[in-house]
Amino acid sequence: MTTAPTRIPAAGKARRTPRTTIPVTALLVTVALYFLVPVYYVVVAATKTTSDLFATNGFALAPTFALWDNLALVFTYNGGIFVRWLLNSLLYAGVGAALATYFAAAGGYALAKYEFRGKRLVFGTVLGGVLVPGTALALPMFLLFSSLGLANTHLSVLIPSLVSPFGLLLCRIYAETSVDTSVIEAGRIDGAGELGIFHKLGLRTMLPALVTVFLFQLVFIWNNFFLPLVMLADESLYPVTLGLHNWSSQVDRLPEFYRLTTGGALVSVVPLIGAMIVLQKYWRGGLSDGAVKG
Amino acid sequence: MSTTTTRTPERRGTPAPAGGAGRARSGQQRKQTTAAWVLLAPFLAVFAFTFVLPIATAVGQSFTTTTRQGLFGEEGIQVAFAGWDNYVQALSGGGFLTSFGRVLLFGIVQVPVMIAFCTVLALLLESASAKCPQFFRTAYFLPYGVPGVIATILWSFLYVPGLSPLLDVAGLVGIELDFLGADSVLWSIANIVTWTYTGYNMLIVIAQLKSIPGEIYEAARVDGAGAFRIAWSIQLPLIRPAVNLATVFSIIGTLQLFAEPLVLANASPAIDTEYTPNLAAYTNAFAYNEYGLASAQAVLIALVAFVLSFAFMLATHRTSRPERKARK
Repeated sequence: MTTAPTRIPAAGKARRTPRTTIPVTALLVTVALYFLVPVYYVVVAATKTTSDLFATNGFALAPTFALWDNLALVFTYNGGIFVRWLLNSLLYAGVGAALATYFAAAGGYALAKYEFRGKRLVFGTVLGGVLVPGTALALPMFLLFSSLGLANTHLSVLIPSLVSPFGLLLCRIYAETSVDTSVIEAGRIDGAGELGIFHKLGLRTMLPALVTVFLFQLVFIWNNFFLPLVMLADESLYPVTLGLHNWSSQVDRLPEFYRLTTGGALVSVVPLIGAMIVLQKYWRGGLSDGAVKG
Repeated sequence: MSTTTTRTPERRGTPAPAGGAGRARSGQQRKQTTAAWVLLAPFLAVFAFTFVLPIATAVGQSFTTTTRQGLFGEEGIQVAFAGWDNYVQALSGGGFLTSFGRVLLFGIVQVPVMIAFCTVLALLLESASAKCPQFFRTAYFLPYGVPGVIATILWSFLYVPGLSPLLDVAGLVGIELDFLGADSVLWSIANIVTWTYTGYNMLIVIAQLKSIPGEIYEAARVDGAGAFRIAWSIQLPLIRPAVNLATVFSIIGTLQLFAEPLVLANASPAIDTEYTPNLAAYTNAFAYNEYGLASAQAVLIALVAFVLSFAFMLATHRTSRPERKARK
C-alpha cells in the first residue's frame, strides 16, 4: 500500500530510457562484485586447511574440504569460548537495542508532541551528542566507570548501549509527522492518561520507525569495538568482535589461528547478513513512510 | 514544490489544548509537562551518565597530572592540577599533530569519493535503467553489517602477500602491488572504510529520493527533461539534505578512525601506535597510563569533530537558505 505511490516515478521513467539498461546493469554488477568479494573470499578460506590456505588460489576451492573441521575447532577451542562471545554479543546487542529503542521512542514522542520549557535545550543537547565522536567518549567513560567499580563488567558495555541520540531524533521526526495530534486529543477527552496514550497509541503508530531504530542500534552495538576494548579485560566478557581480534592478532606467531579466524569471521558474518536483509527492507519502509505522510 | 509547502503546517502542529477555560488549560498544561519529562527521563538519565558526565570527567582529567610514587605506583598516586600542560604536551609532541594531518588527508580524499560513489549508486538504483534494484541494494548494504574489525580481517587476507589472490593475479600480469607499505596503507584503510559505509550512506540518500513526490517528475517530463537532466536539476538539489547528513557522519567517522588501523597494524609495520588521533589517545591511556594526556587528546578530538561538522553545516546552511525561503 505504501510502496505504490513511490513506484510511479520509476515506472514512468522505464518507458523513457530502455537503452541505458545494459550499461547500467553491467556497472551495478561490477560494483556488486566489489562489495561481495571479501565475503566470498572468507567463505572459501573457511573451507581450507592452513597449508591449503597458502598453497592454493584464494578464490578457488582446495582439494581438501575442511569447513566442518574448522567450524568444529572454532566452537570447541579453549572450552568453547567462541560460543560465549556470541552469547555476550547477543546480550549486549539484543537487550541494549531493545531498551535503547524504547527510551528513544518515549523521548522522541515527548519532544514532538508536548510543549514545555527546556524543550529546545534538551533537543540542542541531544543534537550535540550526535556530533561527539563515540570513541572520544569511551576513554573518559572508562575512567568514570572504573572509579565506580563498573569497569570490566557486563554493565560497562550494556549501559552506554542504552542511549541512541540518533534514534531519539528519528523518533521525534516520525512522531511529528505520523502521530496525529487530534487522535491524542480524542484520547484525552476519553479520559486516557498521557502515558497510556503514548503506550497504546504512540508506540503502535511509530512501529516502522521503532524497527529501524532497533535494527540500527543492534548493528551499532554488535559492531562496536572500541568501547568493549577499553572496558573489558576479562576474556569471558568479550563480544565476538573483540574475541576475533584477539585470535587474528595471534596468527603471526601461531599460523593455526588462521583457521580459527576465517571460521570465526564466517560464523559471525552470516547472522549479520540476515540482519542486513531485514534492515534494508524496513529502512525503506520506515523512513519513506514518514516522508510520504509528512 | 507544492507538497513541501503542505508539509510545514502539519509538522508545526503543536498540541495546544483547544478550547476550555484558562484555568482548566493550565492544569492540563501542567499534566502534560509532567508527562513529557517522565517520558524523557530514562533517555536523559542514560544520556547524562554516558555523554555529559564522561565529557565533564574528560575535561577535568585533562587538567590534571597523575604521578606515581615507586616503580609501579605502589607507594601511592598523586593527582595534581596541571593547567594546560597536557594540552601543550599533546600538541607539541608532533606525533599527535601528524596523526591529525593524516586523518585530515584521509578525509579530504575518502569522504568526497565515498559520498559521490553512494550518490551515484543511489541515483542509478532509483533510475528505471536498473534491473533488480532490490538485489543490488541489499548487496551494497551488506558490508555495513560486517563489524569494522572483521571487515579489516577480511580485507587483510586480500592485502597480505602469500594469501592474497589479488596480489597473485597482479603478479601474473607483472604488476608489483604493495597494499601495506608506508605510502599505500592509508589508502588500503580508506578502501575498507569505503567498502563498509558506502551502502549505508546510499540508503540515507535513497530514503530521501523516495520522498520526492511523483508530480515533480511528471512535470519535468512534460517539460521534456531527460534522465540526466532530471538527476542533475531535480534529484540532486532535493537530496542535498541527505547528502549533507551523510557527509557530517562521515567527517565524524573519519576522526574516530581506530579499529581498522589497529587491526591492520598486525600485518603492516607502517602503522605505528600514534597512527590516528584515537590510536594515540588509546596508547597513552592504556600502554603508558597517561590518563591526563589521553583525556586532553580525547577532548581535542571531540572539539575538532564538533568544529568541522559545525563549519560544514553552517556552510551548507548558508548556501541552501535562499531555497528554503522560497519554499516558505
